[in-house]
Amino acid sequence: MQSTRRTFGRKVLGAAMVLAFAGTVQAQETIKVGLLAALEGPFAAGGQDCMRGAELALLQKGGMAGGKKIQFIKGSSDASPDKAVNATRKLVEQDKVQIMIGPLSGDEGIAVKNYSKTQPNITFVNGSSGAQATTLLDPSTNFFRFHTEGAQWMVGLGEHALSKGYKKMYLISEDYGFPYSQVQGFMASYCAKGGRVVGKSWVPLGTKDYSSVIAKIPNDSIDALLVVLGGSDAVNFLTQYEQSGGDKPLVGGTITVDQTVLNFKGKRRESLVGTPSAGPMADSLDTPEWKKFVADYKANFKDGFPSPSLFAYLYYVSTRAALEGLDAVKGDLSGNQVKYREALQKLSFKGPAGDVRIDKNRNGIGTTFITEVVKNADGSLANKVIKTIPNITQTLGLPEAEFKKMGLGSRDVPNCP
Amino acid sequence: MNARAGSVGAQGTWAARGTLYPDVALSPSRGGRTAWNGWRAVRARHVLILAALLIYPWVATPFFTFQIGGQSLVLGLIALSLTFLAGYGGMVSLAQMTVAGIASYCIAIFSTSAATQISLGWPWWLGVLIAVSVATLLSTLIGWLSVRTEGIYTIMITLSVGVAFYYLCEQNYSVLNGHQGFHQVSTPVAFGVNWRDPIPYFYLALFCALTGYFFIKYLLRTPFGLALQGTRDNPRRMNALGFNVTAHRVASYSIAGVLAAVGGVLLAWYNGLVTPGTVNTGALINILIVAVLGGMRHPIGPFIGAIVFVLMQTFGIDLASQLMGDWARERFNLVIGMVFLLIVLFSPDGLLGWWSGLRARFGPQARSNRG
Amino acid sequence: MQSMTRTWRYALTLAIVIPLIAFAIWALDDNPKLFLRTLLNGITLAALYFVVASGFTLVFGLMRNVNLAHGSLYLAGAYVGWIVGDATGSWLMAVAAGFLVAALMGLLLQVLVFRFMPGQDLRQTMFTIGLSIVLADVMLWKFGGEIYQFDPPSIIYGKTPMLFLNTYPTYRLVMLATAIVIGCVLWWFLNRTRVGMMIRAGVDDRAMLAASGVNVQMVFAITFAIGAGLAGFGGVVGGTALSISPGEDTRYLLASLMVVIVGGMGSIVGAALGSLLVGLVEQIGLAYAPTYSIVFTFVIMVLVLAFRPQGILGRRT
Repeated sequence: MQSTRRTFGRKVLGAAMVLAFAGTVQAQETIKVGLLAALEGPFAAGGQDCMRGAELALLQKGGMAGGKKIQFIKGSSDASPDKAVNATRKLVEQDKVQIMIGPLSGDEGIAVKNYSKTQPNITFVNGSSGAQATTLLDPSTNFFRFHTEGAQWMVGLGEHALSKGYKKMYLISEDYGFPYSQVQGFMASYCAKGGRVVGKSWVPLGTKDYSSVIAKIPNDSIDALLVVLGGSDAVNFLTQYEQSGGDKPLVGGTITVDQTVLNFKGKRRESLVGTPSAGPMADSLDTPEWKKFVADYKANFKDGFPSPSLFAYLYYVSTRAALEGLDAVKGDLSGNQVKYREALQKLSFKGPAGDVRIDKNRNGIGTTFITEVVKNADGSLANKVIKTIPNITQTLGLPEAEFKKMGLGSRDVPNCP
Repeated sequence: MNARAGSVGAQGTWAARGTLYPDVALSPSRGGRTAWNGWRAVRARHVLILAALLIYPWVATPFFTFQIGGQSLVLGLIALSLTFLAGYGGMVSLAQMTVAGIASYCIAIFSTSAATQISLGWPWWLGVLIAVSVATLLSTLIGWLSVRTEGIYTIMITLSVGVAFYYLCEQNYSVLNGHQGFHQVSTPVAFGVNWRDPIPYFYLALFCALTGYFFIKYLLRTPFGLALQGTRDNPRRMNALGFNVTAHRVASYSIAGVLAAVGGVLLAWYNGLVTPGTVNTGALINILIVAVLGGMRHPIGPFIGAIVFVLMQTFGIDLASQLMGDWARERFNLVIGMVFLLIVLFSPDGLLGWWSGLRARFGPQARSNRG
Repeated sequence: MQSMTRTWRYALTLAIVIPLIAFAIWALDDNPKLFLRTLLNGITLAALYFVVASGFTLVFGLMRNVNLAHGSLYLAGAYVGWIVGDATGSWLMAVAAGFLVAALMGLLLQVLVFRFMPGQDLRQTMFTIGLSIVLADVMLWKFGGEIYQFDPPSIIYGKTPMLFLNTYPTYRLVMLATAIVIGCVLWWFLNRTRVGMMIRAGVDDRAMLAASGVNVQMVFAITFAIGAGLAGFGGVVGGTALSISPGEDTRYLLASLMVVIVGGMGSIVGAALGSLLVGLVEQIGLAYAPTYSIVFTFVIMVLVLAFRPQGILGRRT
């Protein structure tokens, strides 16, 4: 019994050492790029689409960038920050990737950004995580986010709601960072232009039965509902709201009425037709770049969604930016990647949904699309673009000092009851 | 069940015995060695293992030192607290990760983190002191609540305490900083050493793990440890003999609390962050997996379980694609789950049991031991 | 600890009941519609929890079998039910398929696995944890992360006029009726049929049941199939009221565990009481103190166990 310990310990140690040395040998003709997304946990389906988006960007370039072969090494998290950092550390320190793309969700992004400070020789490109703080508070010089974030995605929706005559609204939202950002993006301009959000229902994550949340809606004193829920939470809420006889018009967050919610496996919710929402992309965008993106996605991923999801789009943009940067420096990552980062900073290209470029904090300045749900000829629901708002900065169009005075979005910021 | 316990008992090494089923009567061979029998117990293999552990960080890459070595030691320490409670006290507590998480949160709150509006910025040693004290106190409280229950009910009450704490962390912003938790939890720079660097961190974790391991080994031979095992095997008889069963059980929760709390402090320093994800349902169950994987028959079990667990978590994604092709890259959880299922199915006592089973059949030493 | 004096117990009951009554009076005065609606929401949610948890309590009570894959059976029944419902266009077929598939899985589990590990609590727990990890990944693989929702016949969908409340979702009332019917059928089955009597005898004393010549393995297999089938049935019923997506397995497992532990294991009435408590606390919390609503449910469970370690209606074994 006692002796087993030694033998076992030795074996484990031996195996560990073999693995350790195996990891240090690598070829320099190819550039290794780490790819991290949540393939487990609540975002597993989204995580798979992230991978598709990233792979598509590489496929379009024939697997090469800057004259060198690109090799993806994939990692997975369960959308928790500790696991994201562990997986990133493994890719960077064990698999020796030179460029790191990921992660998927907000708090993971902040954690990976903090980790990036300990690895100054590696360049990190955010995958799809949309927390405001990642690049606004204590940014890291080697962490880039080429897409816009949660608050930017909602800019312009407030004005649109006002133009539809929704002067008083009631908020129903999940209770964590991403919806806080989304609500801030909406309310910043909505409140400033005279709209009122008379009450807020922050619903804890993990709540699935919304019936008592619905019972609390003050029907007599509001014009419309602002609903910032995602995935099955959104489906559950919409079904229950319909059954309980709710008839107020809805305004949705970026993921409230996206493809997964509109075309879930079940009866179509016709009552959703006309619901406005906003986001960095729109399924029915009518530009050649977008159409090519969708066609390529469909051609390459038979097991994918009917049309690329938000996650696929964001990872596509992030990966493509990383590869375009490599092209610009002809695959030269020497000098601790300083030249590569300068190229990334200057990078500007036309993505599937508008121009891609970054600000001095290395955060995307991009386009937001205001959409409304329409019914297609075949009965499926889709989002039609109503308005395009280009060049949205992270301070939501406000001067930096004024934005800082408001602070980052939270349960109580902004507030206009 | 009785037959198995009997045959192990016959081998004479009482430390190798351990069963989770409390209806096994005390057998006379258990009383055996009651005191730490000094340096004679130290054999060549102990020295070898210690030497290998000390040399390890100098031959392994920083990644293997920190992420595999450091993380295994810390997880092993937290799982050791469960092995102590479950294997020797008969109480399967799923709240051990919660206790560790409480210590992690205390470190973040009382020393420094990115959440400057909450973190008090006190010196690290004061933070550690508070973290370990608070976590131990709460562990005692959890123990006091749950020793009234038995078997599966203990698992459930500790699971619900754990899940309640998780949701509290998710929802409370004034003290626990909600969903985002605490980032950039600072690791101390003391005595001229940055304890976050791989090699110092490894030695720190190794020191704590070894201390915990030897403390538990020692404790099991003290009258307290023996009485605790008595309460596991037959609480009624122990009660009749004049032992205060409840007090022994609550006290063992306190002791387990200290181990888990130290593990929690180390975990916060390892991750550099504490978020609700650190204490969610999956994390609670992971500790049980680590303990069962290694085997609960000996305090070394959780450490072996932790090494295997950390290796699976880290390299499972590569292993899956190498074994079954690239399509399996996204199915690595399936592989991890299957490995786990196989171990549970074919080795009730975890890897330790597997190994000793093999040795009992083929090993020369086992034969001589038995004789 | 068990011998809490009568005075103490009364004091404790009063300490819990008086604030509850005070709250109810305040809430009725403040907004009676909201309060009544929340109560009804809690009761109908409890109905769903009861359907899922009654199967769990049967298995748990008879075999002391901690089937932590109960949530996976819920999800599997729902997915297969959805496929059948989609192919046949019939919601009732979906319900039947959900029940049958889960029952078959349960039967296989008992015959192939649990039969060989009797009395080994921890090993069963670990095995079912492992199984639920594997099943969750297989289902994610086959069904993706998409959201599935059942389409019930229009007669039970929509809203029903109600006194005081104007209207109330019809389906939730149907769910309540279903739970009551299942509760009654289970009661009849356990108390009035031969197999049911054997099961009850098994809950009380397994060894005695085996000694009296009953084929215990057969009783176990039947019980497991029914218990698992109820999980699959609940999957379709729940997937109609709410929706089905990865992660629902853990949610319903935790809910079932809470219901059964609070109510007392092996007791159908206990499961009903437990689900009422859990459902009401969840919905009242959501309406009146949403921030900590989920924390409350778990605190309730801790409190019940601290004072009644065997659950409200559980018996000491």
